[in-house]
Amino acid sequence: MMTGAALAGSHSVVRMGTEGAYPPFNYIDDSGEVAGFERELGDELCVRAELTCEWVTNEWDSIIPNLVSGNYDTIIAGMSITEERDEVIDFTQNYTQPDPSAFLAMEGMTLDMEGGVFAAQANTIQASYIAEMGATLVEFASPDETIAAVRNGEADAVLADKAYLMPIAEESMDLALTGDDILIGGGVGMGLRESDGELREKFDAAIQSMKDDGSLNALIEKWEIGETF
Amino acid sequence: MFDFCTDPDTLSDLAWMACYLTTGKHMAIYWSVLTVLLLLAITAPAALAFGFAGASAARSSFLPLQLLGRGYVAVVRGVPDIAFFLFFVIALDQFFEWIRHEVKCPDWDQPIRQGNDFVVCEAAKLPLGNSAQWVHETYGFFLAVLTFAIVFGAFAANVLYGAMRAVPRAQMETAEAYGMSQRQCFWRILVPQMWVFALPGLSNLWMVLIKATPLLFLLGVEDIVYWARELGGAKTARFTDYPHGDWRMWYFLALLVFYLAFTRVSELVLDRIMTRLTKGQATTAGEAQRKAA
Repeated sequence: MMTGAALAGSHSVVRMGTEGAYPPFNYIDDSGEVAGFERELGDELCVRAELTCEWVTNEWDSIIPNLVSGNYDTIIAGMSITEERDEVIDFTQNYTQPDPSAFLAMEGMTLDMEGGVFAAQANTIQASYIAEMGATLVEFASPDETIAAVRNGEADAVLADKAYLMPIAEESMDLALTGDDILIGGGVGMGLRESDGELREKFDAAIQSMKDDGSLNALIEKWEIGETF
Repeated sequence: MFDFCTDPDTLSDLAWMACYLTTGKHMAIYWSVLTVLLLLAITAPAALAFGFAGASAARSSFLPLQLLGRGYVAVVRGVPDIAFFLFFVIALDQFFEWIRHEVKCPDWDQPIRQGNDFVVCEAAKLPLGNSAQWVHETYGFFLAVLTFAIVFGAFAANVLYGAMRAVPRAQMETAEAYGMSQRQCFWRILVPQMWVFALPGLSNLWMVLIKATPLLFLLGVEDIVYWARELGGAKTARFTDYPHGDWRMWYFLALLVFYLAFTRVSELVLDRIMTRLTKGQATTAGEAQRKAA
């Protein structure tokens, strides 16, 4: 039997934790598989870092506790790098630019930034932004529900990543992006356990190599994630 | 699934629906129905076993055992389910891994807790990091069964404890007068007679258990409510061949029918069990049954 120390830090299989409900970043496709920008990115990163990866979905609310207790090894779920999260887990360098967030409201709605009611997904940078703005915040567990809240009048508008809201605004006659874009967060990065420095370096290097040869920009353009590097 | 599904845009409504309802993603919701049924089938007897053990311990004359039984019932009944499912399961998982870690990696020199992280050696991971996804899912499933059994076991213990006390004292005294030992009194007199008193409470628990399965998703097991929400949410054409609006209402309507049907079947079965258990019992219903016969 091999000793424990020899196995420490080596990952024969890297389990990639994602939410599977936030297109275009990650979603479940028709065949029931994880798909999206982060699926393609993650698979490419694993090839470059010579790792065997497996995809796992987990609810957003418990995505960090399950990472630190070791149920999977990375979070790759459109998670913006923030100071609060950085205290609990580690991030790779960002693989998207600080993402513009936007408001989506019913067509022709004017937003009241002080007295209005805004929907956001719980535990997101957008939710804390609204809370700090002083407006009324209604939180939902999944991104889907935030849109439904605007449709049924529960909220005036939803604040979310523009990349997520764009395709919805384009396809729905009754909804439109309103107001100015806002920049919050430090871009999206992969989350890892703080004790997993070696794995973080591997992914960091792989992201850097994708930035250098332009393949990351190609992916960002393909999935319309936002600004390129 | 079907041959004609290659280009959904050109299909008629009926064919489109047939294709839509048989996508790989929809297969997942059908599987999750089976998962839920399997979970209930395993959890119910397991919870009953926990409950029986808890109730027996709580009425034990041996003080430490009695305290253990009472403590289990009081603590688990007092903690909110959602807190229990968020923290207890992770703690349970870590406890198992810690034990395996102590056994398998004795020469490990780093602390297990590093800041927020819980780190055990690779060989102690449960399941092993390199095992297939289905192994992880099965492990998660049984962790869920165990947690459900512990939670519902505490409630069942309380019900059974009450039921044991409801058995007429005269029955026990008669048994003792015949010279039966404590153990014989318990197994031959008390246990067979208590079920009729326990059943109404237990059937309540069963109904609550049926509807508690959405808590599964906190454990990473995807149940029917998760899939209904995921499949029913509005889908844009960019990410699926089958775009549709917000159909959650229809999915939840299907769930409603499923749960109502399940409840009705449960009621019918429980009624039959009740009739069976009442037979020959010294209760009002038992007496009425005797007179009618």
